[in-house]
Amino acid sequence: MLEAQGITVSFGKTTVLRDVSLRVRPGELVALCGPNGAGKSTLLAAMAGDFQPERGQVFIEGAIITGLPPAELARRRAVLEQSPSLSAGFSVGELLALSIPRDVPPERADALIARKLHSVGLADRIGDTCQILSGGQRHRAHLARVLVQLAASDTPGTGYLMLDEPTSSLDIAHQITTMRIARRAAREGAGVLVVLHDLNLAAAFADRVALMHDGRMVADGPGAEIFTADSLSAIYETEIAVEREDGQAPRILPVYSPDVHAGPEL
Amino acid sequence: MAVTTALQRRAAGVFGRRPLFSALVALVVLMAFAEVALGPVRLGPSDLFSVLIGEGERGPTAILLQIRMPRMVLGLAVGIGLALSGCALQGVLRNPLADPGLIGVTAGAAVGAVGVIVLGNFFVGDLPAVVRPYALPLGAFFGGILVTGFVFTFAGRGGGTNVAMLILAGVAVNAIAGALIGAMVYISDDQQLRDLTFWSMGSIASGNWMSVTITAVIAVASGLFLLRMGRTLDLFQLGERAAFHAGVDIERQKRRIALLTALSVGAVTAAAGPIGFIGLVAPHMARLIVGPAHRHVLPAAALIGGALILGADLGVRLAVPPTEPPIGLATSMIGGPFFLWLLMRRMNKGGGNA
Repeated sequence: MLEAQGITVSFGKTTVLRDVSLRVRPGELVALCGPNGAGKSTLLAAMAGDFQPERGQVFIEGAIITGLPPAELARRRAVLEQSPSLSAGFSVGELLALSIPRDVPPERADALIARKLHSVGLADRIGDTCQILSGGQRHRAHLARVLVQLAASDTPGTGYLMLDEPTSSLDIAHQITTMRIARRAAREGAGVLVVLHDLNLAAAFADRVALMHDGRMVADGPGAEIFTADSLSAIYETEIAVEREDGQAPRILPVYSPDVHAGPEL
Repeated sequence: MAVTTALQRRAAGVFGRRPLFSALVALVVLMAFAEVALGPVRLGPSDLFSVLIGEGERGPTAILLQIRMPRMVLGLAVGIGLALSGCALQGVLRNPLADPGLIGVTAGAAVGAVGVIVLGNFFVGDLPAVVRPYALPLGAFFGGILVTGFVFTFAGRGGGTNVAMLILAGVAVNAIAGALIGAMVYISDDQQLRDLTFWSMGSIASGNWMSVTITAVIAVASGLFLLRMGRTLDLFQLGERAAFHAGVDIERQKRRIALLTALSVGAVTAAAGPIGFIGLVAPHMARLIVGPAHRHVLPAAALIGGALILGADLGVRLAVPPTEPPIGLATSMIGGPFFLWLLMRRMNKGGGNA
């Protein structure tokens, strides 16, 4: 289990996380939602072991995460940053090969790279330079790199997959594919934590939604339970409707008001 | 070494990289041979052979063993040391313009070396001949590591490294180093002044086996460690945070690279003076030839660096015989315009950050 226990994080005088706890179990997909500045990415970074929180602790399978050496950590969790980057002119295949540890035999490495590239729909781009890909394609290539990292570990299928807004630069079809990939990783045994702005994707794909606001965890449960018109409208400070149909994920609909005088002074 | 997957082998093209590396090795061997053979006194293969088996005449023997061989060995050490340092700095800073000279590491090393010469003399009198060959690289190492440490801290702020900021910081470091060297030149005596002036132009004509050996051992030893960092440097291209997520111990690897480059640049600068742009030009040429992966770029850059230094030295020596203008003049004459070309290319792309 990957678990944040009561963590508090400040940058300078601004407290970004206040006493936040979150659990991600193996085989489970947890969506982390909330308005801009709620602390989602900071929580994800803390749970990835990027830094030691001021108070509280993050545990991965019972071990304090910041106590593990980076190489060991890389075998247990893989992270896709919000805006992944690449400075060198690597090809897509070379980018994915960065995630292959030295001791993996070449045939297995090749098979792994081909499979993950296929799953993000870039199988035919393996020899292309990353720089000529579109923004969305590049994001998917980095997703494949992260999937390779998790799959190349000693115990494939396990570990934790952490994705920070993986769908934000993608078209609708690829948003769905990306969430399906996350879903499948969870089904194969990984614990998956995804920061999402799209509440509908969260409601449709996540086992649990953790809802943050202003550095605090305000709700944690199945999307069908915690997504209510009142709670979302309050947190996002704009009118949001929630439609429910039996047997389906709730549909979250922002209510648009074209009146420029509505809401805060512009 | 890092894995080479079949995919990468395919990406390397039909011919692979082996012939490219063979060609580079042949080029370096050719340059090394020309370096010892050509000059005011030409030595043919038979002269070289008889000297090497200990049966040469006195003249050729002295020229070869006392002048041209140490020069060739120092040239290779300088080329390899600067090229690998430039390559590692560019990799870790994700910045194609990070040359040890441009960002001030060479200047820091120069201040250290000059400090040992002038201040050592000023406070404790002439350094004993036994200590001197060690004290100079040591001083240069401390000067170099100070600047590298500064650059890494400076460049690490706010995540990415900004090309413009890094170069501007280099301008400032170079200015400070220039002033410090100026101050030390001011208090130096006539002989030191002459030594310093020629040294500061950069030359591999030391003719001193002791200092050549020390430099070569340090440059090759740190070079061997740098050569093994290909995978780490590749991962740095994802950014420090993503490299950490992929398993790199960022702080430790940065310390290691700072230490190795400062050792290398320090030893090279102490023996040959500040030689600019090799650390910039060699990795770029290497990338053009063997692609972006550091496990290929590093060895290719080392070979190209060695060939470039020897080529530049041959150029200045053969241009105006029998005088031997300092090689640093030649490398800056080639490297300066190359740097400007790189800058313009980047500006056309509209990119500020690496």
